[in-house]
This record gives sequence, structure tokens and C-alpha cells, in this order.
Amino acid sequence: MNVQVTSRPAVQPAATSKLAIADGDIHPQRNSYKDLFPYMEARWVEMAKTFGSRPRQAYQAGPAYPKGQPNASRRDAWPPGGRPGSSLPFMQKQLLDENNIQLGILNPTGDNGASFQNREFGIGVASAMNRWVEAEWLIEPRLKGSIVVPYEDADAAVAEIERWAGDPRFVQVLMVTRTANPPGQKQYWKIYEAAAAANLPIGVHAFGFGGYPVTGSGWPSFYIEDMVGHAQSSQSFLTSLVIEGVFERIPNFKLVLIESGFAWLPPLAWRLDKLWHRLKQETPHLKRAPSEYIRESVWLTTQPMEEPLPREHVLDAIDWIGWDRLIFATDYPHWDYDDPTQVLPMPLPEQQRRDFFFNNAMKLYRQGQAS
Amino acid sequence: MSLIEPGGIDCDIHPAVPNLRALHPYLSDHWRDIVVQRGVHELESIAYPANSPLTSRPDWRLPDRKPGSDLDALRAHALTPFGTAIAICNCLYGVQLLFSEDMGAGFARAVNDWIAAEWLDKEPRLRASIVVPMQNAELAVEEIDRVAPDRRFVQILLLVMHDHPLGKRHYWPIYAAAERHGLPVGIHAGSAYRHPVTPLGWPTYYTEDYAAQAAAFQAALSSLVCEGVFTKFPGLKVVLLESGFTWLPAHLWRLTKFWRGLRMEVPWVDRAPTDIVRSNVRLTTQPCDAPPTPEMFQRLMDHMGSDEMLLFSTDYPHWQFDGDAVLPEGLSRDLVRRIMIDNPRDTYSRLTETAA
Repeated sequence: MNVQVTSRPAVQPAATSKLAIADGDIHPQRNSYKDLFPYMEARWVEMAKTFGSRPRQAYQAGPAYPKGQPNASRRDAWPPGGRPGSSLPFMQKQLLDENNIQLGILNPTGDNGASFQNREFGIGVASAMNRWVEAEWLIEPRLKGSIVVPYEDADAAVAEIERWAGDPRFVQVLMVTRTANPPGQKQYWKIYEAAAAANLPIGVHAFGFGGYPVTGSGWPSFYIEDMVGHAQSSQSFLTSLVIEGVFERIPNFKLVLIESGFAWLPPLAWRLDKLWHRLKQETPHLKRAPSEYIRESVWLTTQPMEEPLPREHVLDAIDWIGWDRLIFATDYPHWDYDDPTQVLPMPLPEQQRRDFFFNNAMKLYRQGQAS
Repeated sequence: MSLIEPGGIDCDIHPAVPNLRALHPYLSDHWRDIVVQRGVHELESIAYPANSPLTSRPDWRLPDRKPGSDLDALRAHALTPFGTAIAICNCLYGVQLLFSEDMGAGFARAVNDWIAAEWLDKEPRLRASIVVPMQNAELAVEEIDRVAPDRRFVQILLLVMHDHPLGKRHYWPIYAAAERHGLPVGIHAGSAYRHPVTPLGWPTYYTEDYAAQAAAFQAALSSLVCEGVFTKFPGLKVVLLESGFTWLPAHLWRLTKFWRGLRMEVPWVDRAPTDIVRSNVRLTTQPCDAPPTPEMFQRLMDHMGSDEMLLFSTDYPHWQFDGDAVLPEGLSRDLVRRIMIDNPRDTYSRLTETAA
């Protein structure tokens, strides 16, 4: 974050600076729609110019909750003449080189077509996003792509997955936590089946505009509530997938929850287990306790890293989730960026540190050699 | 299982309105006529389907009546076995779910008068929460002012999901009235179903609906803190009822971290959310979504960072535990005493004035 946090250690742990890092959440951003035009059909270029994106929210540009910083970005992440995240050379230097990031997962979130009110237009834009990422970002071998899919139209999403499934530079299918309907419902299953068939995890990034308020009691007033609310959205997302039986029905289904924190997961699993025991007769399609599906098939990225006082309490949460299930992430270039030298300041066994910062992502995304 | 402490205070039990007819004597002529003329149905929320296992423990079901609707059964099931000295009645009849503000007010009034006459007058161990028409804060305050002089009413009852997030100024007159009367505000699981219970729409299964209550409490807590309710009403006590509590530490870690980064948006939040919640918010113990081992539970209690926050509850007649395993395992005797006696007394000032 762009603030001095109270418990930040003065000295960086020496070992961390030498570690190879895998970053599970990097945001490439376009400067404007124009960047996409070379990759869009002419009719969608006209649509973009004439009517704009028309997402499921009020404003044409920018959310109804003003962000914490301009473009929700680090103040130092603006490349000369462009928006944060818009320049590959700048990102290579500021993020990849400086932090020794060997693997970075690109998540092109934001105005990416996935949930536009005009579904056909959205399909066109989502498709263009993937072509743009391929042509302008995946030329850097340390970066790998997430396939943007128009998930409110499962057939179109499947077509997009199949278009890229054979390209090893794409390692994940991208959704967001704010779907228009509970994501475990049948209308979405084809997407998960196609991802599993292509051996790709579904990465679910916090945010998005599904149409419903972020709380069951209506729209809150503040950006801080929306941000904190991503953890509740993620809980709902995971609950829907578990209780609808997606993990049971689709072998090889893997889920990565991105940018929604992680410490909420153990208490949710305890609650779901208890409820499942009590209410089993409602969900006969579930053969095992919810926590077992979660332990087997769910990963989480770490940013924004929980920072309890004392900081050591967060180690309990990681113990309960499993040290093999967390994927370090920076969220570059956003303002609440996590610095790999700062997120786990406490002493740790070397292997745990390597798994957390590197190996888990390398294994999940089937990249090269772990350390 | 932890040994219970006799003389405990059960902060969440649910006497049930047996049916709408039972309220007839307590409705005004106008609303009684409306009930008959328009054929008003029972106001049973979908939050507790009658035959759902969660709605009543099997051995607490009654052969020919709704669970929780019989005083003798409630004494035998909920009071005697746990050595309970005082129990607080939170009536969940769905009067807050009506769309009409006036009808909500008319029925809330009937429920409160029914509780006083049918339960509090007959059993000295019982206390109750004031049911209010959340549809309209002004009418809610009228009802609070009308009922509060009866010192057996020890709390104001809200549902965790309604038209707006609970911290919004729409509800502040209720909090002002609470502070004025020295009444905590109890926020109970449940929804008026004005919005889907999840941010992703209406879920398929009841299991998801109940799971979503915990997320709703997290959002409500964010709202109360961020809107500055505890800055405006520093003396206000909020009790989360049937909320679960094991989610609390993780939620406060996240809320407090974002508060550090976004204080400029909510400058009136002048203390860390963790500190605000520890001083002003309490939670009941059932349901206890406990981790699988007592060692983990012990770690979780460390994360809570306070032994003053938990209040004993059975959640009678809901099926949250079996036999007498009402408390989670691994609590020290001292903590059991705090949860069952000291913390409820510190929270509900009216309990000590009448039960001392």
C-alpha cells in the first residue's frame, strides 16, 4: 500500500532478496480502447466508439466508488506518457527485474468484455483482449496469460477457451467473483468442463460488475466496504461451487481465488462442513465434506496479505489452509501492491518460503523446475 | 466439551408465534380486520423452513405444535438442562419482511405485546428483545419508546439483511434510541430478502442461504464501523446473534488493513476497526463453526484477542448442537464463566438491575 504500515520491519530479510519469485496477479492495462482496435472486428470498433462498454454499473468510466489512488495504482507505476500497467518495458524493469520474478501471471481484468450488458459486444471485446495479450505481452517469456472469457455466455466462453487451449503461453481461464448468477449453477458448468479438459485452472479475480449489490443488505457507501467485500464475494463464489457440486461433478477442476485474501477460508470451510452434516439431504450430489473438496482443489493468491497484530497470527491461517496452496502475488501496478520482501517478515523454514513465493505457482501452472 | 456454569445467561432463544391467530388479540382493530379480510398468510420467513433439520433439534420438536411455541417445553428443553438463570427471547416472526411500513409497525407492536403477555408475564427467567419495524426508522423509534419502559425488554432486535447496509444513516435514529434507553442493538441472522443473500445472486440451496449469513454479518460490521456508527454513538453495544464468530478475526484483519490504507475516505473512524469491535461488539456462541481440533480453537481464541466478546447462547430450538455439548471444547473454567455470566451481564445493563 502507499502508506507506512505500523509493523513493517526496518530491515529486509536477506534471504528473500535472492529468492526466485512467482507472481500470481499482474495487471496489464491498455491506455485506451484504441489499443484494442487492431484486434477487434470493425462492427465492435464502431460499437466501442459510439456506445462504449456499458458494463453492469452506473459510470461509463471508473467505478461508482472512487478508488484509493488514481487508476487504483502505485504512484510510481506510471510509465512515461501512459497509464500504469500499459508499458511492457516499464513493467519488465520495475516489476520483473527488480523482484527477480521468474513467472508472472497476467490477469487482464477491468473493462474486458466479460460481463457487458450487450453480450455479443462483450464476446468480441473479450476475444480481442486475448489477442492483444498474446501479441503485446506474451512476447516476454516470464509472463503467462489468463484467458479472458465472456462467462455469462457459456458457449462463447468455451469457444474462447478452445481457441487458446493449445497455446502453452496461456495457463489459466479468467473469471471474476461478481458473476450475474451464483457461479456454481448449471449455466456455467460448460466453462469449468472446458477448462478442466484443457488442464487449465479457473482463476477467479475479485471485482467485476454482476449487477447485484456487494452485500445481501444493499449497496454500501464506501470503497473500503467494496474492497473488504471482495472477501465476502469470494466466500459466496466458493460456497456456490462447493454446494452445487462442481468439484464433485468435474474431475480435474482447479480453482484459484485471486486478490480476495485468504484467512477467511478456514472458518468458511468449518461452517460449510457443519452445515453439510446437518443439511446433507438437500445436497445428495455431495459425496464428501466441503473442506475436503476445498483442500484438494483450491488455491489462493496472497495479496492483499492479511496483516494481523501480531503478524505471526497469519501463519496459523496458512497452516490451516496448507502451505502448498498459497500463491504469492503483487497485484502490480495497483496501489495495494504487496512487496515480496515485506509480506512475510517473520522467520520461516526455507522450504516453506520457497513454496509460498515460487514453487506452488510453478507446480500449479506446470512451469519448469521448482526450487 | 467444556463444563457449563450454573446460573448462566442464554442470550439467544426463539419463542415462536404459533400462528397468526395467536397475535389477533394483540393487533389493533384495523390490522385484525385486514388479516381477516385480505387473508393474510403466516409471516414465516424462508430463513427457517418448518421441516429443515436446522430449524429444530429433533428432540426439541413438539408433536402437534411449532418448535419453540410452548412455554413448558421451552423450560424443559432450554432453561432447566443448562441451569439457565435468564434467557433472552428473540422472536423471529417475519414482521420486518412486509413491504408496508405501517403494517410492519402494526405487527411489530403486536409481537412485542404478545411476548410480554404470553412469555415474560408467565416465566420470570425470560427477557426479550424489542421487535421493530425496520422498514421505517421513525416508526421503529416510536415502538422502542413505547416498549422500553418495560425493563424486561433488554435489547432492540434487527435482522442482518434489510433494505440498506445497517451502518447507513437511515438507521441512526434507532441507534440513538438504543443509546438513550441503554439498550444494546441485537442483530440477528435473517433477511427481508430485499436483495439476494449473496452478491452473486439468489443461490440454489438453503444450505447456501444459511452459509451466507456469516458473510452478511461481516458486511454489516464493515458498514457499522465505516459509516461511523460507533463514533457517533460511542456507548452503543451491538450484539451479533446466531452469527457464528469464528470468521471474526480474519474479517478484522482485512478491515483493519484497508482502514490503514483508506482512512481518508472514512476520517471519522478514529480507531482501528479491531479496537472498535472489541469494545463495542459482542457475539453469541451458537452456531459455533469450530475448527476440527481444540488446539486450533485455542489459536482462534488468541486471534480474537479478547475474552469479553462472546456471549452464551443455545439458539433454542435451532439444531446447532446435540445433548449438552452447548459450548465448544477446550474452554477454561474462567472463560466459561465469562461467556455464560460476566459478559452477558456487562453487555445487558438491564439484567443486573433486575436480576441482582
